[in-house]
Amino acid sequence: MFKTPNGKEIFVIDGHTHFWDGSPENQANIHGKQFIDCFYAYHTNLSPEDQLWEKTKFEKYSEDDIYRDLFVEGPDDMAIIQTTVLSDFYKKGFGCLERSSEMAKRHPERFIVNGSFDPRDGEKALEYIHYMKEVYDIQGVKMYTAEWNGDSKGWALNDPSAYKCFELCEKLGIKNIHVHKGPTIIPLSKDAFSVDDVDYAATDFQNLNWIVEHCGLPRLDDFCWIATQETNVYAGLAVAMPFIHSRPRYFGEVMAELLWWVGEDKLLFGSDYAIWTPGWLVEKFWNYQIPEDISAERGGVQLTDEIKEKILGLNAARLYGIDVAAKKAELAGAPVQIAAE
Amino acid sequence: MLVANLKAELETEVWDCLDNVTDPELDEPVTDMGFIERIEVKDAKSVKVEFRLPTYWCSPNFAFLMAFGIRREVTSLPWVIEAEVQLNDHCFGDKVNEGVNSGRAYHDIFAEYCDGAKLDEVVETFLAKAFDRRQETVLLGLQALGHRPSEIVTMTLAELQQVTFNGEEELRQLPRYLDLLAVQGLATEPDDLAFTTWEGHEIAVADLSDHLTRLRSTRINMEFNGALCRGLAKTRYKEVEIGPDGPQLIDFIAGHVPPREEAAATD
Repeated sequence: MFKTPNGKEIFVIDGHTHFWDGSPENQANIHGKQFIDCFYAYHTNLSPEDQLWEKTKFEKYSEDDIYRDLFVEGPDDMAIIQTTVLSDFYKKGFGCLERSSEMAKRHPERFIVNGSFDPRDGEKALEYIHYMKEVYDIQGVKMYTAEWNGDSKGWALNDPSAYKCFELCEKLGIKNIHVHKGPTIIPLSKDAFSVDDVDYAATDFQNLNWIVEHCGLPRLDDFCWIATQETNVYAGLAVAMPFIHSRPRYFGEVMAELLWWVGEDKLLFGSDYAIWTPGWLVEKFWNYQIPEDISAERGGVQLTDEIKEKILGLNAARLYGIDVAAKKAELAGAPVQIAAE
Repeated sequence: MLVANLKAELETEVWDCLDNVTDPELDEPVTDMGFIERIEVKDAKSVKVEFRLPTYWCSPNFAFLMAFGIRREVTSLPWVIEAEVQLNDHCFGDKVNEGVNSGRAYHDIFAEYCDGAKLDEVVETFLAKAFDRRQETVLLGLQALGHRPSEIVTMTLAELQQVTFNGEEELRQLPRYLDLLAVQGLATEPDDLAFTTWEGHEIAVADLSDHLTRLRSTRINMEFNGALCRGLAKTRYKEVEIGPDGPQLIDFIAGHVPPREEAAATD
């Protein structure tokens, strides 16, 4: 819960968080090392200095750390944990459904754990989707199209094998498809970060919600065009958020673009924990206004309190079927605390 | 001493020629972006350039293009007999290095990695974005100087060349814009329109505002990515130490990336 200076309580759903193990012991090869090193560079580049973590803690943090950073010291009411397996890079996987669910068991009322699958696994992917639904009752999945899988160095959402998986997701009621466009390597002849496949998939699966993480960055311009045309495409704000500290004008420009093209009902807050913690992000966001000259260039769009409330929680609550009033009451009866070990 | 001075001079020449190599995605020189890590000149005839991108995962196809761009510029210097280009710490680095130093054309190398396809489509897509960004700067500059929309859309190449801009960014982008107009054949004669779309269509007065709206999105995306890449390049080899005054960011490979001035001043 975030409390505004006027005492108003704002319900916060952190739409993009991780519970990863990127430690050297778990790294399978140089790619695993470079993957967590890259995350760490994002962390060191865009965090305020007093929020910096040492490398070893960043590589692997504890169940207590995540609970404290999100709910005790942070303003989150709920957090969506995204699964990113990267089994070619990490011995036991990077961020796994099983490990995250085990952690989330301590506070099931606060976590939504999403699954993940790799359509290149064919029949096995379909079986795995059934398994995730039956055992974990997942409501969403995280798709990382840049994931390596043997000889394949990336895939597209409109690959035929992916369509088979999305058909099954639709049938089983797994409605929220979070998409992260990382750099696909093969084929080299295509733009590695292209978001064109989102356009096809969103058109062909109207009953699924397509939440494009990092608002399509580094292809924000292309993404905005697509999101304008598709009613079921949403933007996750992870990675754009921390610019509020280091480059507040760029943040204003990005927000103005998103409000103008995508709209206030389709933007979702995400801290990308543990790359950044939600405490400082939400506080700065609540106090932020788009500079007037930037707003004027985009028809006067502005981050009003009402719009901020939607972005911080109400939009995600709608996608995940959360009754905010009931949830608030439930959480009021289970106050945040660090569980005794 | 004379030898050392010559070496430093030649290294500076290499630095300067690399200003012509741009990151295709950001439309900024690789030198400005801090991607060039080391330049070494031997016997006043052979050159080795090492470069590094902001992350291990930066687009390999752009890495290829930059590597070949570096090679092209360096070998165009009259005294260069041998050139070696090395991309460090990148997921596709070995293949890029093998390809760029093989002496073969980049289309041939590239074709091996994408079933014979060419990179032209991606290059064209990003050249179009670069064009939009450069054009927007010039258009906004004209607006700021008080030119009306009807004057702007009918302005000829000769008229544009006579405009005196004051802003730093306009002064930087105008020659780059004119360069792309010429290279693409969009405006080559003095009477040709100075402003068309990338596809060569005229811009109607009534459409100028919408046109600018679109260009704005392209520019914001490129600037945002540029800021991100510069930042990541800066922090790539740093770690945090928590001391008595709280967390601090420190180099853990000190002196790994020498600044350009230092390299140029070596003697």
